[in-house]
Amino acid sequence: MDRLDLSGLFLHMLALWFVAVGGPSTILPGIHRYVVEVQQLMTSAQFAEIYTLGQVAPGPNVMYVTLMGWHLAGWAGAAATTIPLLIPATTLTLLVGHFNERYPNAPISRAIRRGLTPITIGLMFASATILMRAVNQDWRGYLLTLFTAALVLRKSWNPLWLLAAGALAGIFGLV
Amino acid sequence: MEQTESDKPHVSRLALFLTFSRISLSSFGGALFWARRGLVERQRWLTEREFVDLLTLGQLLPGPNVLNLTVMVGHRFAGWTGAAASVAGYLGWPFLVVIGMGVLYQNYGGLPQVQHALAGMSKVAAGLLLATVIKLAMVLPRQWRPWLFGILAFVGVGVMRWPLVWVMGALAPWAVFMAWKAKE
Repeated sequence: MDRLDLSGLFLHMLALWFVAVGGPSTILPGIHRYVVEVQQLMTSAQFAEIYTLGQVAPGPNVMYVTLMGWHLAGWAGAAATTIPLLIPATTLTLLVGHFNERYPNAPISRAIRRGLTPITIGLMFASATILMRAVNQDWRGYLLTLFTAALVLRKSWNPLWLLAAGALAGIFGLV
Repeated sequence: MEQTESDKPHVSRLALFLTFSRISLSSFGGALFWARRGLVERQRWLTEREFVDLLTLGQLLPGPNVLNLTVMVGHRFAGWTGAAASVAGYLGWPFLVVIGMGVLYQNYGGLPQVQHALAGMSKVAAGLLLATVIKLAMVLPRQWRPWLFGILAFVGVGVMRWPLVWVMGALAPWAVFMAWKAKE
């Protein structure tokens, strides 16, 4: 593996987490841009595989960043991608949580919520399209992705069954 | 009945660690469902209302919303060390599990069967994310302003591929200001 700029990776992840309002899916485009497009540390397909493994593992889905770091540079890489995730949660969250217990109905939090929610959704949609392009090479792949989305919107099945079905479809060469 | 500050249950650091470990290890495909079940139904540390309030706050703050909730719950019951014990339970186990998966991926990730299975699963995973976004978008009010900001964020990051930090830096203050001015 080429020499990897771990401190650069760390700082980049840290900057991303401070704007990651609305959860981990919103920063997927930022991580993808950095590791695949700018630094070219892995291919888009590898990125998608690692993201998928993170969905299959128990625990918060965000742990795919740990897996990505470990894949790039072992334990040091895992630390470089995981620690930044903890910093906003342990600084800002504690400060704001404290503020909130004192002033629970401040109108500013209402304005922030109403203002940021649509941006969050737009960013998540960007994540979904980037991932969709990364994993699909032909119409059969897009069909499976869109079929899955349609199914999830109608049924409340456990996503693990769908992932298992996708694995079987892959093994039998259907997609 | 709403719990008041005075009947806040006494919760030890060990209990926080164990409960968040259990939540984390049972969370396949998203932690939210299991967090609510563990904190509200099993342990009764939070009322339904308190859970939703903390979660909303966790959503507003940067970072994963359930992690933010974990920090706030730990801090509420046992201070800084309580927050640390909760986070250790919530993130420690999955950290080890994904490293284990990383070892497997590096050793067997190149096998054709594994490649095919992963490729099939990736297509499903993309569909799961797409469905989640569509569900969330349904709750946006039918007004031009939220949709405009949503579309601008999508185009900036998803189509133009501009850096996320710049796009957020440009859009977020503007969006919050507009929402502030528009408040009834």
